[in-house]
Amino acid sequence: MIFLSGKSIKINMNKTLLIIKREYLSRVRKKSFVIMTILGPLLMAATVILPAYLADWSEATKKRIAVLDETGWFEGKFKNQENITFYYIYDDLETGKEKTIQQKGDMLLYIRRTELSVPTNAELFSTVQPGLNVTAYIRSVMKKVTENKKLLASGIDPEIIKSSKVDINLITYRINEEGVEKKSNTEVEVGLAIFAGILIYFFIFMFGAQVLKGVMEEKSSRIVEVIISSVKPFQLMTGKIVGIAMVGLTQFILWIILTMVFLGIFQTGIIGGNISEKMMQIGQTEQIMSQGPQTETVGLDKLALVKDIIEGINFKVMIFSFIFYFLGGYLLYASLFAAIGGAVDQDADTQQFMFPVSLPLIFSVMMTGVIINQPDSSLSVWLSLFPFTSPVIMMMRIPFGVPLWQVWTSAGLLILGFIGTTWLAAKIYRTGILMYGKKVNYAEIWKWLKNKS
Amino acid sequence: MPLLQTIDVTKSYGAYKALDKVSIEVERQSIFGLLGPNGAGKTTLIRIINTISAKDSGEVLLDGKKITPADTRLIGYLPEERGLYKKMKVGEQAMYLAQLKGMSKQDAFKNLKEWFEKFEIGSWWNRKVEELSKGMQQKVQFIVTVVHRPKLLIFDEPFSGFDPINVNLLKDEIWQLRDEGATIIFSTHNMASVEELCDHIALINNSRMILSGEIHEIVNRYKSHIFEVTYSSPKEILLNGEGFELLSNEKVNGNFVSRIKIKEDRSSNELLQLLIRQAEITGFKEVLPSINDIFIREVNKNKHE
Repeated sequence: MIFLSGKSIKINMNKTLLIIKREYLSRVRKKSFVIMTILGPLLMAATVILPAYLADWSEATKKRIAVLDETGWFEGKFKNQENITFYYIYDDLETGKEKTIQQKGDMLLYIRRTELSVPTNAELFSTVQPGLNVTAYIRSVMKKVTENKKLLASGIDPEIIKSSKVDINLITYRINEEGVEKKSNTEVEVGLAIFAGILIYFFIFMFGAQVLKGVMEEKSSRIVEVIISSVKPFQLMTGKIVGIAMVGLTQFILWIILTMVFLGIFQTGIIGGNISEKMMQIGQTEQIMSQGPQTETVGLDKLALVKDIIEGINFKVMIFSFIFYFLGGYLLYASLFAAIGGAVDQDADTQQFMFPVSLPLIFSVMMTGVIINQPDSSLSVWLSLFPFTSPVIMMMRIPFGVPLWQVWTSAGLLILGFIGTTWLAAKIYRTGILMYGKKVNYAEIWKWLKNKS
Repeated sequence: MPLLQTIDVTKSYGAYKALDKVSIEVERQSIFGLLGPNGAGKTTLIRIINTISAKDSGEVLLDGKKITPADTRLIGYLPEERGLYKKMKVGEQAMYLAQLKGMSKQDAFKNLKEWFEKFEIGSWWNRKVEELSKGMQQKVQFIVTVVHRPKLLIFDEPFSGFDPINVNLLKDEIWQLRDEGATIIFSTHNMASVEELCDHIALINNSRMILSGEIHEIVNRYKSHIFEVTYSSPKEILLNGEGFELLSNEKVNGNFVSRIKIKEDRSSNELLQLLIRQAEITGFKEVLPSINDIFIREVNKNKHE
């Protein structure tokens, strides 16, 4: 049995390939797989596109605003914007409302006369929601005008203030091992870390659960003994695990491709413009809201910076490590799930085994906050080396940059880990699949581990 | 040389001994009945022959050589716990299982189509298994067991799940397969079919083989030399003379039916000669024990020991 001839190895390989093929095709052909494959990227593309699209849509309608300024401070200060037209009226409030809102459907900005201090209150009347860009612009203009007046009143030339204004723009650079500097931005990294960590968690669980379900189906439909009279239980188990892993990879790769395709379609088809331009406009609005119109140029710089950072994310590394840690983590957990599926008879019995086995995985996701706060703490490092937590934790750490030795150690341990769990699982599996109507507990499984097949 | 031989096969699960030195010999082109109550160890022995389970000690020889996992392609096994993928199409599934037994795609397709036609389920090729009746699923299951033309066929309770018509269809197929050269092991606790089908039997009880041999030889071994005579006569016969013992005598439809035990030094011919002088004999036959009787007797004897 140990000295297998070349021919019998070939036959065994062919049989394993047959199993992989069946497991793969039977899942990929399912409607649910097709739906998931299309729906996933559609949602991802939508989360990127929708804000831009909505902003574009709300700005598309031109707004006219009548200004009724009783103070006279703001005469000529409101300038026409791309979608906003300003004009001044000099009636009293009631007549003004009558003329503008009721007759023309415009908006009315009313700045009440104030005796004591500077005018800091204004009222905007409108039949529709004015929109963020309108309120942000009005606020920024009023702020600028009143501030300047106050400065002048104190004998300070606003130009001096303007020229003395310093914008602190903190750019963090990360120096990698080759000494090459790279711009980094923790916000982007945090987002990426959470996304990658949770995605890998879902992938491991989703496809691991399919292994569990598949094994249980074979056991409960009683086909398993028919099959293991032709192949070894180990071949059936690994064939199933590998087949489902390939389903997962197919889904992941299709998601990446389709997300890009959908982004392209949305970009050209629906909006008819360049997405990044729309994104920049949103950025500008945010800038106006926070810093006033004079800092618009800074906003553009920041956007360029975001673009730089996104380009700075090594997508190749991210995708490659995602695939590696998905496969490693999946193989580790799926083999244990296969053992559970082989051991139990009924769905209800799976819970007592599923929970302790998947606990490290759930724990990893619960650690998200701790990891992204201190991606290089010794806790983070240890968790990213331990095979049961490393798939999720390492994916969270990678966007922040991880020393190469840690990546290699973690990868090596993960490979050893799944070889170990597969070996253990095979022993439980081959005994379990032939046991019917027996209530299985940990003591029983311990006995199986000690048995010779 | 027998096709299959097990020599002192022993298997334990922890403290529980599932098989204790079981030796059987299955002759070529014969039907071998493996009998025993539930839990006796039949399925364990079959799994060891199929290399599904490993034995602790002993030998399993196929064609005189130690059996290896590669030999499973020479075996067709219909397990007691059997089923099919419910969501898979019938034809696709049969192709898959045939290829797992090492058949080429073309070969599998050709042979399966033939079997499907023979069993009149050709039109079900593209249907899902879950749409089939239980009986039809069993037919498919039988086909995938035999399609790769195995030398050795092992049926574990093959008739469960079949209606009487299909049981007969199956019996005919089993005989035909034997006549075409296959050797068949047939495991059951249903004795009625054993006498009809089997050439040899082995009786396993409590992990041990307690009886084995050619079926007629076993029946002869267990016969108690009782003859049943049917005759018409105005009066009861008299068994004057030593060596014959009248066990029972009753009147059925105007005829007498007597059961007579012959002592060892007398023969059935001597009994006949005695009877012919007294009455008109219309029936004379030896009362043989059924396999069921032997089975129960042996199992009970074993229990008391």
